Amino acid sequence: MSGNGKPKFAMYWAASCGGCEIAVLNIHEKILDVDANFEVVFWPVAMDAKYKDVEAMEDGSILLTLFNGAIRNDENEHIAKLLRKKSKLLVAFGSCANEGCMPALANLSNIQEIVDTAFSTPSTDNPQNIRPNTKFSVPEGELHIPTLYPVVRTLDQVVPVDYYMPGCPPESHQIAAVIDLVIQVLQGKAELPPAGSVIGVGNSTVCDECTRKRNEKKIKKFERIQHIMIDPELCILEQGVLCSGPATRSGCSALCPKAGSPCIGCYGPAEGAEDYGSRLMTAVASVVDSNDPAEIEKIFEGIPDPAGQFYRFNLAGSLLRFSKPAWKG
Amino acid sequence: MSDQFEPVIIGFTCNWCSYRAADMAGTARMKYSPNIRLIRLMCSGRLDPTFVLKAFAGGADGVMITGCHPGDCHYVEQNYKAMRRFVILKKTLAQLGIETGRIKLLWASAAEGAIFTDEVNKFVEQVRELGPLQWPTSGGGLEKMFAMPEQMLVKEVSA
Ligand code: SF4
Ligand code: SF4
Ligand code: SF4
Repeated sequence: MSGNGKPKFAMYWAASCGGCEIAVLNIHEKILDVDANFEVVFWPVAMDAKYKDVEAMEDGSILLTLFNGAIRNDENEHIAKLLRKKSKLLVAFGSCANEGCMPALANLSNIQEIVDTAFSTPSTDNPQNIRPNTKFSVPEGELHIPTLYPVVRTLDQVVPVDYYMPGCPPESHQIAAVIDLVIQVLQGKAELPPAGSVIGVGNSTVCDECTRKRNEKKIKKFERIQHIMIDPELCILEQGVLCSGPATRSGCSALCPKAGSPCIGCYGPAEGAEDYGSRLMTAVASVVDSNDPAEIEKIFEGIPDPAGQFYRFNLAGSLLRFSKPAWKG
Repeated sequence: MSDQFEPVIIGFTCNWCSYRAADMAGTARMKYSPNIRLIRLMCSGRLDPTFVLKAFAGGADGVMITGCHPGDCHYVEQNYKAMRRFVILKKTLAQLGIETGRIKLLWASAAEGAIFTDEVNKFVEQVRELGPLQWPTSGGGLEKMFAMPEQMLVKEVSA
């Protein structure tokens, strides 16, 4: 590395969709501040660098690493451990790294089912039913591809993490604020938050930031959003459409309910909620307008996929982490 | 020691009715299965689903939740809240592969020591029948899970 004296910055994607990377690029001209203040040493989506370049760096020599993506395979785990060793500040960036997000919904299924679904659906052209081999010999030597783990894990289930920045993806203005803060710290104008903090967020719930009117109204039926006309003024949950606002951490300025769509929980558990799904179950149970067991069952039929609803972003980060079929095999 | 599987059951009781039912069973020297470990809450309405998940994640094989009969709650209608939470929690747990037989909701008044002991015994047998749960987040299961990646390899299917 040239070593132009600037602190080093890295960003990596493990099991992710790429959206977190786009969100960082979406900070517009602020990206120039990143370039002005940091030497970008490793960022696969934006520049060419090899793992061996990172391996050659001194331990702790990268000041800031934004790590997005969950830990799905042994390559993800290897790079997480490598970047942990090389970085002073390792940030779990985005919902996937924080709590598993979409990739962790695979924790509802057995790994073999997942592979079969990927390689042998009626629409997949794979007449010989071939599956990937993790090792393959060619005249030049043996090739390896990453091995899938039975379940998806969060970053901090694999290595210690310094800061957490949730969101799917984190909102660009929050990213810009965090980058500003780190730059101010470098200039001695600010201090880092305590280790382990959740950064770039608010400390209440999406409901607190939501401007819709709440009337403590209870409901007799859950509706799918496409089946009703959402009143633009009223709380979406009180209109019978499941909204995750009550359990979700603030920070996005209630983006989705403002646009007429329920919050689906991408900012993760609100401060103090140990298990996101539990918080949401409690909230949802309290709006149901019935004290009759049979009727309650009937009303909850309106939530056909509760695990998918309540743990859409959080399965890997939840107390149970995965389903029995996933770990039992 | 017999080889019989001894399930670990966590029981959440409310202060006013079901805990007193258990207490009454005790003073009347009614025997019930020692597999249940009772935790007293002020009210079944205090039952956060987190408690149940924690019990399972920590190695419990079954969880029993008890409260005052509908209409008898000392906090007016908190036990109805418990009832609603229970329904949605049970449904969610089933999707996660935790059999519905591992979780039970029971209403017992302070006078119903006999019903309480009877239901505890029945529940313990029911969970014994289902066998151990042993969620991997307890007892070193996770280490085992990731210590043997070769076991987790995607199986090769010959072309
Ligand atoms: S957190 Fe969301 S945007 Fe970021 S990588 Fe995961 S799925 Fe994509
Ligand atoms: S439940 Fe949803 S719509 Fe209602 S106040 Fe909360 S965030 Fe807004
Ligand atoms: S409203 Fe909910 S789902 Fe939408 S951006 Fe905010 S936290 Fe994410």
